[in-house]
Amino acid sequence: MIAYIVRRTLYAIPILAGVNLLTFVLFFVVNTPDDMARIQLGVRRVTAEAVEKWKVEHGYDKPRFFNGGAKGIDRLTDTIFYEKSVRLFVFDFGNADDGRSIRHEILTRMWPSLALQLPVFVLGLIAYVSFALLMAFFRGTYLDFGGVVLCVAMMSISGLFYIIGGQYLFAKVWRLVPISGYSGGLDAWKFLVLPAAIGLVAGIGSGARWYRTIFLEEMSKDYVRTARAKGMAETAVMFKHVLKNGMIPILTGVVVVIPTLFMGALIMESFFGIPGLGSYTIDAIQAQDFSVVRSMVFLGSLLYILGLLMTDISYTLVDPRVRFT
Amino acid sequence: MIPVVLRTDALLWLLVAAVAAYIVHVRRSPHLLVPWRRVTRSASGMSALMVFLAFVGIGLLDSVHFRPALETKDDRGETVYAVEAISILDAIATPLRARRERTYSAPLATRAYAKETIEIAVPGGKPRQVREFPRLIWGGAHLKSEDDRLSDVLARALAGLGLAFVVWCGLAAAVTATRARRAGRGLKEEWRSIWRAETVTPWWALLLTAGALLAIGGVVVSLCARYHVLGTEKVGQDVLYLVLKSIRTALVIGTVTTLVLLPFAVILGIMAGYFRGWIDDVVQYLYTTVSSIPSVLLIAAAVLLMQVYIDQHPELFPTTAQRADLRLLFLCIILGLTSWTGLARLLRGEALKLRELEYIQAAQAFGVRSGQIIARHILPNVMHIVLISLVMEFSGLVLAEAVLSYVGVGVDPTMISFGTMINAARLEMSRDPVVWWILLAAFVFMFALVLSANLFADAVRDAFDPRVRVGGLARA
Repeated sequence: MIAYIVRRTLYAIPILAGVNLLTFVLFFVVNTPDDMARIQLGVRRVTAEAVEKWKVEHGYDKPRFFNGGAKGIDRLTDTIFYEKSVRLFVFDFGNADDGRSIRHEILTRMWPSLALQLPVFVLGLIAYVSFALLMAFFRGTYLDFGGVVLCVAMMSISGLFYIIGGQYLFAKVWRLVPISGYSGGLDAWKFLVLPAAIGLVAGIGSGARWYRTIFLEEMSKDYVRTARAKGMAETAVMFKHVLKNGMIPILTGVVVVIPTLFMGALIMESFFGIPGLGSYTIDAIQAQDFSVVRSMVFLGSLLYILGLLMTDISYTLVDPRVRFT
Repeated sequence: MIPVVLRTDALLWLLVAAVAAYIVHVRRSPHLLVPWRRVTRSASGMSALMVFLAFVGIGLLDSVHFRPALETKDDRGETVYAVEAISILDAIATPLRARRERTYSAPLATRAYAKETIEIAVPGGKPRQVREFPRLIWGGAHLKSEDDRLSDVLARALAGLGLAFVVWCGLAAAVTATRARRAGRGLKEEWRSIWRAETVTPWWALLLTAGALLAIGGVVVSLCARYHVLGTEKVGQDVLYLVLKSIRTALVIGTVTTLVLLPFAVILGIMAGYFRGWIDDVVQYLYTTVSSIPSVLLIAAAVLLMQVYIDQHPELFPTTAQRADLRLLFLCIILGLTSWTGLARLLRGEALKLRELEYIQAAQAFGVRSGQIIARHILPNVMHIVLISLVMEFSGLVLAEAVLSYVGVGVDPTMISFGTMINAARLEMSRDPVVWWILLAAFVFMFALVLSANLFADAVRDAFDPRVRVGGLARA
């Protein structure tokens, strides 16, 4: 088991290196730092000196991969690639364009993101699985049919409308919660309850429908027929056999998400003014702050790979047949 | 007029041609006809297809561009053409486009939504200034008295409904007559069997959907001649025109993207599964790497870079329409490059399974080359997976466009799309009184488009996916 985890962790390194190389090529080769400087300083009426000054300030004045002018190991380390990309591996993200440390921002902003995402994730999982079980239990009846139609209708609505509509009704018309903002500590719930509820409702359509398919597929298997044939009550079949055996496909979709909960919800956070990583990313994209976007790309991939690893480990916990060698 | 072919137009029509070729192919191959017949039996699927095709029709009308001839002639008496290309839809909707108000007005309103200072001429004195809701320039301008508005709207709506009903009756009669002649039955009998849902193809559902579409279309067309049916937006543009234009953008995003992702997913996925070994390792590495990057961030990064490129090379893009079109195409390419991984994974798994089957091994034993085996034996047997995922992908892409445009990395801000509409209308929700109709219009049209795509996708999946049928049997 430990050997397996170690091997999988080692396997993650080339993937992260690939991500790193890809983003490096996107940000520094396809477009030169000169282009970036011009975008930041305004495209027209920018002097060559200003561009140079900007590049020196941000450390973009070095060669890309190989520094012929330096000595020894510095030939490789005194380059943009080393300074900007390799250092991400030790979580040295550098500074954003406004001079603040990205690492510090990430460490403070991940908590509001998690505070919003965790309840959505946990309550959502419970709600979707319950709805799906209900529909699967009453399969073929009008309840099931109505449920599926409702699911398809709900998943056909853009998430933006859930957010805009929810915010308008609950915060503006009925004034139940503040429209936007955030405060630390326990008061945060006032600001989080509406976005969390919206996130939950917005996901019900696709979530419940997905789990319903899993359960229905599981219910068409032979062991379910055997269980029924031996006179087991339908509820017992559902909860003891179908739910447990449905865990493997459920885990595949669920566990991989857990680490990425830190990354926050992009749109939701920016609508409700929650100072999490999602709104940080959106602000960075809109301000064209490339160092922040690069750091977030790296962090996102890292967490995703962590999720994949956790998925594989979780299989052993729920299914004794799965063994890692 | 001079025809103009935008890049996305060409791709969209290429897709239409591909679909047409596929239909011809299906009609000739009995084994493909079986699942498609199953699709045509689904009432919800066929109704959804009809609604979807209505959207596609509007989108295709909007995909034939030309530069109209201007009325003025130059010095030598030759015809002068407009600089901006317009589409057939623009030409049809010229009244909608041209009848601009000054600013917001509610649906079917006769007066603007904000008070303005108006001068009222007082006979024999100085003009008086009043703060009032001014009359609209076009909306309900033909009314003598505004009290007649309600009755006028009702009369026009009824006229539209009546026209729609006449057309619908003709349609229903044509369907019944054709079916009756083919079956050699009486008209009355055929009519009854349609409404008792006894026909194999659910004609009752198709006729009902056609009726609903015609009714909505009739009412809207007859009202939009004199009113702004869905109101106007900030600079007075008719919202109905905006939603009609948004349809094409959504269709391009949803379909052209699949053109990009298809070769990657099919070639890489099947190769990985069929050859295994190092090719499999490389492909798996590729798709894990691409899918590990949060897709919004990857898209954002790529779009930002393209923005840099466009800003640096303004000479390449003489008109805003061309720039917007290129940006749309680029967005499709980026979306395609980030979303091929799911389908590639599915196809790899399927190819792994297929390569162990006897008929493939027999082909190998006969010395058929790998390329031929893949093209002749593997590809046709995974086509149902490709088809299902492409149809399912469509609605996700349409929804993604709105979110990306909100983040600022979607289509060009000058391009009309659901995303840019929502983005512009969002700020108005904090106004008092609220400007609600723009969001409502975008919501209704987007919902109808995505819902019809989803329902059709469901019908296709049910017909093609063998697992679903097993589940259906177990249920029965």
